[in-house]
Amino acid sequence: MLNSSIGKKLLMALAGLFLCVFLVVHLGINLCLLRDDGGEWFRAAAGFMSSNKIIKVFEVFLFGGLILHIIYGIFIEIKNRISRPISYNKTYASQTSYFSKYMIHTGMIIFAFLGLHLINFYFVKLGWTPAPQGIVAVEDKHDFYNMAINLFQNPVYSFVYIGFMIFLGFHLHHAFQSAFQTLGVNHTKYNTLIKATGTIYSIAIALGFSVIPVYFLFFWGK
Amino acid sequence: MKFKLKIWRQENAQAKGKFVTYELDNVSDDCSFLEMLDQLNETLVDKFDKPVCFDHDCREGICGMCSLYINGRPHGNDSGITTCQLHMRRFKDGDTLVVEPWRAKAFPVIKDLVVDRTAFDKIIQEGGYVSVNTGGIPDANAIPIKKVDSDLAMDAAQCIGCGACVAACKNASAMLFVSAKVSHLALLPQGSLEAKERVDNMVSKMDELGFGYCSNTGACEAECPKEIKISNIARLNREFFVSKLG
Amino acid sequence: MAQIESKIPKGPVAEKWTLYKDGQNLVNPANKRKLDVIVVGTGLAGASAAASLGEMGFNVKIYCYQDSPRRAHSIAAQGGINAAKNYPNDGDSVHRLFYDTIKGGDYRAREANVHRLAEVSNSIIDQCVAQGVPFAREYGGLLDNRSFGGAQVSRTFYARGQTGQQLLLGAYSALSRQIKKGTVEMFNRTEMLDLVIVDGKARGIITRDLVTGKIERHAAHAVVIATGGYGNVFFLSTNAMGSNGSAAIQVYRKGAYFANPCFTQIHPTCIPVHGESQSKLTLMSESLRNDGRIWVPKKKEDAEQIRKGLLKPTAIKEEDRDYYLERRYPAFGNLVPRDVASRAAKERCDAGFGVGATGLAVYLDFATSIQRLGKKVIEERYGNLFQMYEKIVDENPYETPMMIYPAIHYTMGGIWVDYELMTNIPGLYAIGECNFSDHGANRLGASALMQGLADGYFVLPYTIQNYLANEIRTPRIQKSMQEFESAEKSVKERIDKLMSIKGKHSVDFYHKKLGKIMWDKVGMGRTKESLTTAIAEIKALSVEFWKDVRVTGTKDELNPELEKALRVADFLELGELMAMDALNREESCGGHFREEHQTEDGEAKRNDIDFMYAALWQYKEGKAAELFKEPLVYEVVEVKQRNYK
Repeated sequence: MLNSSIGKKLLMALAGLFLCVFLVVHLGINLCLLRDDGGEWFRAAAGFMSSNKIIKVFEVFLFGGLILHIIYGIFIEIKNRISRPISYNKTYASQTSYFSKYMIHTGMIIFAFLGLHLINFYFVKLGWTPAPQGIVAVEDKHDFYNMAINLFQNPVYSFVYIGFMIFLGFHLHHAFQSAFQTLGVNHTKYNTLIKATGTIYSIAIALGFSVIPVYFLFFWGK
Repeated sequence: MKFKLKIWRQENAQAKGKFVTYELDNVSDDCSFLEMLDQLNETLVDKFDKPVCFDHDCREGICGMCSLYINGRPHGNDSGITTCQLHMRRFKDGDTLVVEPWRAKAFPVIKDLVVDRTAFDKIIQEGGYVSVNTGGIPDANAIPIKKVDSDLAMDAAQCIGCGACVAACKNASAMLFVSAKVSHLALLPQGSLEAKERVDNMVSKMDELGFGYCSNTGACEAECPKEIKISNIARLNREFFVSKLG
Repeated sequence: MAQIESKIPKGPVAEKWTLYKDGQNLVNPANKRKLDVIVVGTGLAGASAAASLGEMGFNVKIYCYQDSPRRAHSIAAQGGINAAKNYPNDGDSVHRLFYDTIKGGDYRAREANVHRLAEVSNSIIDQCVAQGVPFAREYGGLLDNRSFGGAQVSRTFYARGQTGQQLLLGAYSALSRQIKKGTVEMFNRTEMLDLVIVDGKARGIITRDLVTGKIERHAAHAVVIATGGYGNVFFLSTNAMGSNGSAAIQVYRKGAYFANPCFTQIHPTCIPVHGESQSKLTLMSESLRNDGRIWVPKKKEDAEQIRKGLLKPTAIKEEDRDYYLERRYPAFGNLVPRDVASRAAKERCDAGFGVGATGLAVYLDFATSIQRLGKKVIEERYGNLFQMYEKIVDENPYETPMMIYPAIHYTMGGIWVDYELMTNIPGLYAIGECNFSDHGANRLGASALMQGLADGYFVLPYTIQNYLANEIRTPRIQKSMQEFESAEKSVKERIDKLMSIKGKHSVDFYHKKLGKIMWDKVGMGRTKESLTTAIAEIKALSVEFWKDVRVTGTKDELNPELEKALRVADFLELGELMAMDALNREESCGGHFREEHQTEDGEAKRNDIDFMYAALWQYKEGKAAELFKEPLVYEVVEVKQRNYK
């Protein structure tokens, strides 16, 4: 099955949908930052995520899925480029969903962000990179709450972050409905629902994540 | 009407091609795109030049032989038609028209705007049929078929095999073509008996011939002269999973 | 005069085919593998024959000039396919279909052949449904039928407006299956250029690879041509651009009889000509006549106003409209056979009542039907046709009546075949439109698909065995034989000749000129005078062509100009033959209308005493073709003047 084009795409889609679920969870935790409770909820949520055994298993899946999604994405892109060795002079004036044409590009941008993001947070957790200055571990745990707040108070970081989130939204906008199509879910009764959900989902994710830096830049502590 | 035509010229499969620009005047807005090319070719023959080669036959939008990627769109700037049904009134006087052959690894250029689409025949040969011999068949009304299913099958069966889906797709994927045939036969009881082998063999042939992977951009659906829907691709995916998992 | 042996089996008409099959020779499975059959053309007839022969175990080679066998022009047939299933319970039967076809053909077809056609018609529907052809169905899940010109029952099966496409794709799928199995070898972008005869038997063909220009030899125990009709003699026709009469002319030059070349069908419902640059005519399915009413203005001044664009057809009051078919033929109304409908349109336009900018068009109006059935039903039935019309003409047929005019559509004449579909050259068969057999002087709607598939699926695969059974001892034919060499040489010389002329005018220039002569003088209305002039003009044009045609490019490459030149050279020969045949046939029948022979109210007047025969023409090098006659004997059908009133 995985030798075939459709099989590979199925895996891409499943991994992608899994990542979509993860994004919701991640957003949920991040939104805890907005609660003016000195990081109580955020820490509790983060603590749960890093200690629960089931979540640990999911983490393996998450990284597996992520790597799979990226590797297959790149593989398919290369394959697709080989499939048209000579490109057109005038390209692609056809009516298509706009973002669908740039999935590899938005994907790579998100990947770049992910690198930054991992260095900032995940690598700290693993102890590969030191925690930024002034951040002290609380009860032997890294203080991601203050790390996040510090970062978001940096306007450059925040705007870059928001920029990345917009691209994430673009990526998700096509990705969501595309995954369903790849899974074979396409029915005149439900297509509008899937598309609308995809649009709402992609906007919600991009907006949801962007609200946080905006809050810390302009409203926090005022 | 007057047009500036930028046309891909290539001596043969091995030669390197290039764009050549022609000016053409006195084109009637009632004539079709191919009739406009006929007119251009007449002027070339007048000058002892070689006319532009392009595939065409029925000129009524059903044989699927005509191709041409015109200003970034297969079959030009109208929907639900083939190039032979594209009329010059769809363009503005003085327009520049860039005319290219279908571009895909699986559709190599033979000459000028003519490409080799035998890859499609090869895919059909892998299973785009119901395995019945001539004769010894029960009465046609022995198997009633729901009208909805029959209509859906007909929607898919209308594919003319022109290759516009491959040409339009940024990935040069043949999924719409393959899915149309798989859907047509999967929707009918006659075809369902061999559904598993059919989808397996046709998809693996499609992969082998060097078509790209579908990324659900929907360009194929937008350009298909018979307006075949990408819901067929979803059905192909389903058929494929069922065949692999079942 | 040579005896024409049509090999019609003995016995009552209704039993001839059964008796034939019971008595014919068959080839056993082990021997089938040793026998090669060449099929030229991949339309309904060719593809279905090749697939069926492949399934039986013969080694088949099949050829088409297009890039894929699925492109053959059968694909363009819109309306439907007839069969005597009697599903609607309206009194249809094999006999009635047989009778209608004979009568529709104006009593110029062979009874035995037509009866066989009607007999196998039902099997065709079964076969196609089994292949997955998505014919239209009722809500109950059973097959739907509609009525068609020339019949009083609903016996036409259809798949929207694309019946030909679906049937061809069915045959193509069966063919593809055999190609995969290796029983059929496919040669696409390959055109037949000559027939090879060895010891009086057809043994192979010479072809040109259209991509490389290479001339090649192909050998077999039998050769089947299924190359369609020659309507493109008229330049403007509903045929595909590549449709040609070359295979027919090639075998004619090798001695095969060409029968009834003058029987051409003019289709009444085509989109009118728009101008000089027009390359082909588009047909609107005849099925439109089921729900459309044909009319022209009653008053000449209204017609004039319309032509000038000052008056809209919708503005003409009901009482000022002349529904001339309903008026002249109350029994059949808008559903009279094609030849009758076409001539009636020409008559009105010639009399000055024509509409459209050129005055060469009549209206096909759906207003009444839309009112009666609703727009939705009409859309369901003809949606794609209406859309096609709108794309071409830029007018919405739901709101304003369509304009239609007759155009050349089908050729009933063709290579003469006997009951077994074999020509007078042993081992050479002709099937589908390229033979002359079943439609007489006029073909009924939805009968072309029926005939193509009948020949290919159910007739030829049987009858060819009767010949091949005697060939089992003949070893594989050697391509090195002298006959192949000389045929190849003459083909090469012909090509070299064309390439070397380097004259003043393009191939299309001559083709258009020929077309004009044919349409004006050998078209819907023919006279002794027009035909005599036509023959002289075509002769002169042919001389000019061979002296002054310009073929650019080289012979060793993909060269459409050369392809066209070879075909037009053959059309010139065909055109002359058609005119000669039309001149000889001093009567009006079916698609052949001699203005000298008409009744007082303008109906065709047959001459059964002198012309109840098929006219067979044999090629004589350097001389006029020689005429032979196959008398037509009607044992069952009572010969009457056709009456659709």
